[in-house]
Parts: sequence; C-alpha cells; structure tokens
Amino acid sequence: MSTNEHPAPSAPRSAGTGPDLTPVPTPHRQPAREGAPALRILQLYPSEMNIYGDWGNTLTLIRRAQWSGFEVELLAHEVGDRLPADVDLVVAGGGQDSGQVRIAADLLSHGPAICEWAEQDVPMLAVCGSYQLFGHVFVPATGDTADEPLTGISLLDVETRGSSTRLIGNLTVETERFGPVVGYENHSGLTTLGADCTALGSVRAFGQESSRAGGNNGADGTEGAVHREVIGTYLHGSVLPKNPALADHLLAAAVRHRVGEDAYTAPDLEGIVTQRARDIAMSRPR
Amino acid sequence: MRSALTVAAGRAARRLARLRGGGRGGSAFPGLVVERIDPGFLARTLEELPLGVVVVSGTNGKTTTTKILVELLRSQGLRVFTNPTGSNFVRGVAAALLTEVDARGRLAADIAVLELDEAHAVHFVRQVRPRASLLLNVMRDQLDRFGEIDHTADLLHTVAKASTELVVLNGDDPRLSAPRFTDDLGARVERFGIGEGLRRVFLSDDDLRREDAGGAMLEDAGLGAGPADDTQTPATRLEAIDGRRARILVDGAEHEVEFVLPGVHNMLNATGALALASSLLGADADLPALLRALAHVRAAFGRGEMLEVDGVPLELALVKNPAGFRMSLLSAGTDPAETMIAINDEYADGRDMSWLWDVDFSALRASGVHVVSGVRAYDMALRLRYDEVLVDGVETDLGPAVRSLIDAARASGRPMRIFCTYTAMLAVRAQLSRITHVETVL
Repeated sequence: MSTNEHPAPSAPRSAGTGPDLTPVPTPHRQPAREGAPALRILQLYPSEMNIYGDWGNTLTLIRRAQWSGFEVELLAHEVGDRLPADVDLVVAGGGQDSGQVRIAADLLSHGPAICEWAEQDVPMLAVCGSYQLFGHVFVPATGDTADEPLTGISLLDVETRGSSTRLIGNLTVETERFGPVVGYENHSGLTTLGADCTALGSVRAFGQESSRAGGNNGADGTEGAVHREVIGTYLHGSVLPKNPALADHLLAAAVRHRVGEDAYTAPDLEGIVTQRARDIAMSRPR
Repeated sequence: MRSALTVAAGRAARRLARLRGGGRGGSAFPGLVVERIDPGFLARTLEELPLGVVVVSGTNGKTTTTKILVELLRSQGLRVFTNPTGSNFVRGVAAALLTEVDARGRLAADIAVLELDEAHAVHFVRQVRPRASLLLNVMRDQLDRFGEIDHTADLLHTVAKASTELVVLNGDDPRLSAPRFTDDLGARVERFGIGEGLRRVFLSDDDLRREDAGGAMLEDAGLGAGPADDTQTPATRLEAIDGRRARILVDGAEHEVEFVLPGVHNMLNATGALALASSLLGADADLPALLRALAHVRAAFGRGEMLEVDGVPLELALVKNPAGFRMSLLSAGTDPAETMIAINDEYADGRDMSWLWDVDFSALRASGVHVVSGVRAYDMALRLRYDEVLVDGVETDLGPAVRSLIDAARASGRPMRIFCTYTAMLAVRAQLSRITHVETVL
C-alpha cells in the first residue's frame, strides 16, 4: 500500500499523547502554472440537480486541479440561463423527480450545443437523473399517469424506464479504464444501453446469490455508459473523491481540451486514506 | 372495562419483553400487543384529554422541540403526557401510554405533546386527529430511507390537514410555507420564523447550491427566500442572537431570553414551540412564565448535550443530515475546541455517505479536527481533506478515539466537541459513561 503522501502543511496540531492515530496528510495548493489558463468547469442545474452529494464531485475536481497547479473558473447553468461558451468540463447531478421535470425542457433546448461539446471531447460526468436525461428518453413507470415521458438530449445511446422497485445500496463496478469504482446507487429508473455506447463497467459479483446489486437495470450486470469523454453513471457517494482515477481522467481530458496537449499530472496524495475509504466502502453491506 | 383488559395485557407483554430482553424492555412489543388486541385504545385514551393532542414533526429538531413544548405547557400548570425519546412512532406512543395510565386506562393529564416521525405521524393522525400540530422543517434526510423531500412535505401536509384547530409552521421553510401546503388547511395557520437580520445565518438545502455555484461563500446571494408578502410575515419571530442570548418577537413586542440550550436551530425551534403554546392557550397564556421556562429548558439526549470529563467540558452533537450538521457546526462557533467526528453507516445512520459532501466543513479550518472515527472514518477524513481542514489522525475504533480526544484536551486545555451519527453517539456515550457521569436514557 502506497504511503507516499505529501507531508502535511504544518505539524500535527497537538502532541500525540493518546493512542496512535493514522495521519491524514492534507495536500498543498500548487502555485498556478505559468501561463496556464483556468479550467472552465460548468455545473448543470446545481440548484435543482444536487441531491446525492453532487457538490462532492465538483469540489473534488476543483481541488485536484488546484493541487496540480491549475486555476478553476466555476460556472453554473440554471433553467433559463444562456449556456456559457468555451467549457472544458461539465458536471451534472441527480435530482428529485420534480427537479428533473423542471430542467428537462431547458436541457433539451441546449442539447445540440452540449452534444457538439461531447464530439469535441469535452469531458462530462452525468450522475443519476442527469445521466437519464443525457439519454434518449425517460419513461415514467406505468400507472403513473400524471407524468409524461421526458425527452433527453441523446448524447448517450441509452433509454430509461421508471419501475416500481428501487435499486439502492453500496455498489462496486469493475471497469477496464479505472479499475474498481465504488459508490452508492439509489434509483428506480432502469436504463438500457444501445449499440452506440459502452457500459462504464460491470457490477461486481453480479448474479451471485450474495449480491442484489443493480447497476443500470438490475438485469444485465452493466453499470453506467461512456461515449467519448462523457461518463454517465448511477453511482454517487460522492463518486469522484473515492475514485480519483475517474476524477483525474476527467481532469486530464479537460486540460487537453484547454491547452491542446497532455499537461495534467495527478496530485500525488492518495496513499492510505483514499485506499482505506475505498476498501471499507467495498466491504460494507449493500 | 375494555381499557382495563388492554392495560393488563399490554403490561404483561412489557414484562415478558423485559425478561426476554435482559431487563431493557423495548417499546415496540407491548405496543404491538395493544394494537392487536385493542386497536381503539390509543384514540380512546387520548380523546379524553381536555386540551387535546399536539403533534410535533419535521426533519430536524423534533426531540428537543417536543421537550421544550412540554416544559412550556408545564410552566402553565398543565399536566402533560409525552412520549419518551426514541419512541416517535405509533406503537411507541401506545407503549408510553401503558406506562402512564391507571389500571382502568385513564390518563392523568390535560394535554398530550407527541413527537412523531413524519411517516408515523400520518399513521397516527388516521387514528387520532390532533388539535394542533407544530411543523418544524422539511430537510434532506437520509435519502436511502426517506426518499425524496417533496414526499416528506406531502406527509406533513396530511398531518396539517388532519389538525382540527391550529397548525403552527416554519414560515421560512419553502415547502411548509408554500400556498400549495397552506391553502387547503381547515385549521388556523400561524407562522414562526426568523427576522431579516438572521436570514443569512440560516441556510436551507435549497439555498445551499445557489451559494456554492459561485465557488466561495457569497455574501449577498439572496439567501433564504423569505415570506412572499407581509400578511405571511411570522407573528412570532427570532429577531437576534448573541451567543446564548436571543430576542424574540411575540405579538409585536420583543422579549429577551437567555437560553441554557445551545444552538441557533434550537432557538428557532423554541420560537416555534412558544408560538404554539401562546396561540393554543390564547388569553390564558402567562407569557412571562413561558419565557422563563424557555430560558431554562435543556437539550434532549445527545442533542447538544453538555457533559464534563475531569472538569473539561464536552459537547456532544448528534448529526443526522446535511442541514443538521451545518447547524451544529454553526452553533459550535469559532471557539477553539478539540474536535472529534464519528461517522457510522448502520441503517439508523444512513448507509449512503453522500450527505457528508453537502456539508461545508470550512468552519473547522481554523482549529482543525483532532480525530475522525467510526466505521466510515476514512470517508470523513477524505471529506475534510477536500475542504482543506487539518486532521491529526484517523482511528476507526471509537474507544481509542475518545481516549485520544481526552488526552489531546488535557494537553491543550481546550474544551471537547464530538459530532456523531446516531449509532456512533450510542457507542460514544457508552465509552464516556465509563469515565464520567452520563445521563441514562431508556
């Protein structure tokens, strides 16, 4: 296990007279790289779509950029706003059903612009409710007559149908690009992937009796969807702090988009704290 | 006659539960027995109360607010029946009644004040229509258990609709004060809330992200929607706070109250309890006695409790959801303290750690955190790292963590403060009870 974390910025505050504690190094913000332009990170609908610790994802991106010597310009797009231009990274979170209904039309009106960004390899993270609306359609559960289907922006080749069961609990997903990704899912929409996107990964131990884990739909063992640098997932928890490989992948793509070359170096700070947070999360009951 | 049999059977069930449970009888089993053999017992017993039943519900602050309201009504010479901490469900109320009634099933009380969990409050009002309800707030709670907060607002709306005479609600809560919540209520609606000067102290979940969208704490982000027009301005308002001293407006006159109770959220909920008591009692209310009672009320179990270890003060704060955690951090203020945060993820705590990311911990940057503990200590350590709060260390085991905190406080001479989730609080209390006197609560 790696312990090569940055030293703490100052000595521990009090003398360790008690039992030995595992230290928690806190990284330094690096001085901004000379001439490096700020990364423009856009939050989509932060006041409507934020219920599953989505701020944690944004905060993780901001801090890791700062710890690697990049300034961040944080932008927010709400219903009725003009969509900002020249964006390097997009984060979009989960919302309540009512929030999803309130943003759907606005998102749809900006769909072509957001899809165009995706084709220019702007990285995006869409969690839960936003993941669903990045697909073709969200069809509410039958019997829920009040709700009309919500048309998505078709950035991801997925569609989602509401169901009466809720897929809920701790979840580990095996991915090829990022290794095991750990988080927590809580959704009743069941998502099916089309041919034009790939799953983020497969649900660990799916199909075993011990596992009732859901993923996209609880039936095919897939979780999430990926198209170019766009990642849709049901995982929160928040997903990025405990999965820095995912965060660094998004940031590397954002830096590439901003400066035109691979100039992002992940902060060297993971060590024991992140690893244990991950290991414990993976070992907890669903 | 029916009640006498029910009481006998229920008490037998309680004895049995205590025997089987090694002396610590839970309230669920005797409550279940009563519910099965005499479903009307609850309604029949409570309907005899001359001043009726008051229900207290909402996401945060139910327990302490119920305690405050009980003491306010007792200050008026009333005999008050209430349900003890941890039995805020229908069977818990039935079990509490079993303890209090005489052998014939009569309750020697004038009024009942019952704390009910939002979902159980709906079950309860189907059986017993309350005379009044006090609705505190609708906040994001553990979403893995309660689902969406719009749903929680619907539950409280059912309680408000069932209330026959009076609904007192938080006029600053965007869901409770919305026309769709209040328009179809049969009972009189009274609002309590905060004055303009305190608006930026209290953040709702809805304000949270608007503020963060700017990246830093924005001073003028239009925090708090506030009442839409003057007719909805709460008549009972918390106007100003200075430490434990508060100014409260009641019917156009300001009164100063020096609270024993810590926490700005407790002061707001105390304002709600005051609004309910004075409105329910009307001309009979003795306001000076109410204000004196308000000043003397103490926090409920684990909610901002003040303990002492070898003469060093220790504040224990239960944190259950983002708004509650934010309020506890705010109440803790900036006095330097040796701080411990203990996060478990059992069912009662909430399994999902996402909520920790909805709390801004930057207030802890100044004095740092001594130790993080609990099953999810490393999640908490990560959370603090991303808010750039220094942490001396992690110890998942609560016993050694508490001992380390005490050692650190001895070395620094600072008071101690522990923020903990529900099951972590139970474990921390058990640890502390070996070292110091801790109030025991069944």
